[in-house]
Amino acid sequence: MGELRLMKGNEAIAEAAILAGVDAYFGYPITPQSEVLEYLTLQRPEERTGMVVLQAESEIAAINMVYGAAGTGKKVMTSSSSPGISLKQEGISYIAGAELPCLIVNVVRGGPGLGTIQPSQADYFQSTKGGGHGDYRLIVLAPASVQEMADFVDKGLELAFKYRNPALILSDGLIGQMMEKVEFPEQKERVTSFDQSWVTTGKTKERERNIITSLNLDPEKQYQHNLKLQEKYRRMKEDIMYETFDCDDAEFLLVAYGSSARICQKAVDEARSSGKKLGLLRPITLFPFPEEVIAKFARQVKGILSVELNAGQMVEDVKLAVNGRIPVYHYGTPGGKIFTPDDILKAIDEKLMGGY
Amino acid sequence: MTEEIIIAGFGGQGVLSMGKILAYSGIMQEQEVSWMPSYGPEMRGGTANVTVILSDNKVSSPVLHSYDTAIILNQQSLDKFEPNVKPGGLLIYDPNGITRHPEREDIRVFVVEAASEAAKMASAITFNMIVLGAYIKVNPVVELENVIKGLKNSLPERHHHLIPANEKAIQRGMEIVREAK
Repeated sequence: MGELRLMKGNEAIAEAAILAGVDAYFGYPITPQSEVLEYLTLQRPEERTGMVVLQAESEIAAINMVYGAAGTGKKVMTSSSSPGISLKQEGISYIAGAELPCLIVNVVRGGPGLGTIQPSQADYFQSTKGGGHGDYRLIVLAPASVQEMADFVDKGLELAFKYRNPALILSDGLIGQMMEKVEFPEQKERVTSFDQSWVTTGKTKERERNIITSLNLDPEKQYQHNLKLQEKYRRMKEDIMYETFDCDDAEFLLVAYGSSARICQKAVDEARSSGKKLGLLRPITLFPFPEEVIAKFARQVKGILSVELNAGQMVEDVKLAVNGRIPVYHYGTPGGKIFTPDDILKAIDEKLMGGY
Repeated sequence: MTEEIIIAGFGGQGVLSMGKILAYSGIMQEQEVSWMPSYGPEMRGGTANVTVILSDNKVSSPVLHSYDTAIILNQQSLDKFEPNVKPGGLLIYDPNGITRHPEREDIRVFVVEAASEAAKMASAITFNMIVLGAYIKVNPVVELENVIKGLKNSLPERHHHLIPANEKAIQRGMEIVREAK
């Protein structure tokens, strides 16, 4: 581990990409994630590791460059913010269909449409339920600190190659723009130890040609391909990650991810100091979702409040996991407005503990 | 120890960089830190503010409703943040351009005439460092020595020749800060 640095979340992602030995980054600027491309450009990674950094002519071009480069077995990534991620959805669906590994970063801003540039978590549905067309899933990691912005670049790529599936870092303007301490690992070499048997880097006499496509007009083959994808998504459960705070004796539970989980931590601290038995569950992987952990808590606590910077999205997955056993509520502020720990404490009193 | 600070003023006054230097000073003192800026349209021509948290423990929420200290550099920010200082907390402000002065009596209020002092020092860029000096004098959460180290870390090397001038400004701020009557 190297020296401690004070950095924005967006800058930490960019530095971590260079250190993780990423081969190529293709992007297009948009607030609040432009620092990723800016930092990469200033760092001249072509001199540090030989990494390619390219500002494409649009988000659509960038994601299709990712598609092409990922087909060669290289570590590739892109980043954007909500409206830009919407533009990338066709390409992401193709990449998922073609089973290629890559890393996508979404530093979410308020929507819908061009919306606002303020932080939001309103892209939860888009990230965890597919986003583009077809029955596919992304591996979704939700960092809650600048350190995790850095750590999840390497982690996301590892999972992407393990499952040959796109991985998404679902961040937001708050974690992207704030500065915290961050410690980086040593520089990794820009070589890959992952399985390369499927890559399209030129056919040799010894093997059949490799084909990368998301088109399969034979209905039976497409059906079988879909079954294989679904089997893969089920297997991802072995990589579920989550964190708990003050849950051991909790009678009520908050569920929150990313920046919301940080704000909730302070609310839990304050609720505990006034004698309320409150805990916090923070899903780190949003897909695969820690549903079994939530089902277990449904046998321990009297009620759950899903706290999100949106109008109520993850709360649906929490309800599915709880399956009617206990009341599940949502508290959130949509459209880029950020709640404070005080707002959450009020919601705890009014909604979660209102009837007790 | 946890110190929750809001620094607020006009865009261009060095609010964000002052917060960054303070956060770096905290790191030099082995504290946990967070720096959360307002960003976007409100910065352009309007108010800029940054929330800085220094703590011996891991920082939970970077977003706050109330503050131990408010460092205020214009009227809009005073109107917005004076009510959000915790009782017994601290408010430091530059009276330049202020028409309605702080009114609360359950907080400690200090004055630093940083704008006029920066004009006397013939260097407007030292303005925010005079304010920072005033703050660490009233509330020594970080030591001067660590602030200088923080300055070195947060300024790019090509600006390191400005460190002595900044250090002088910090010391001037420490000298001129006074309790409001």
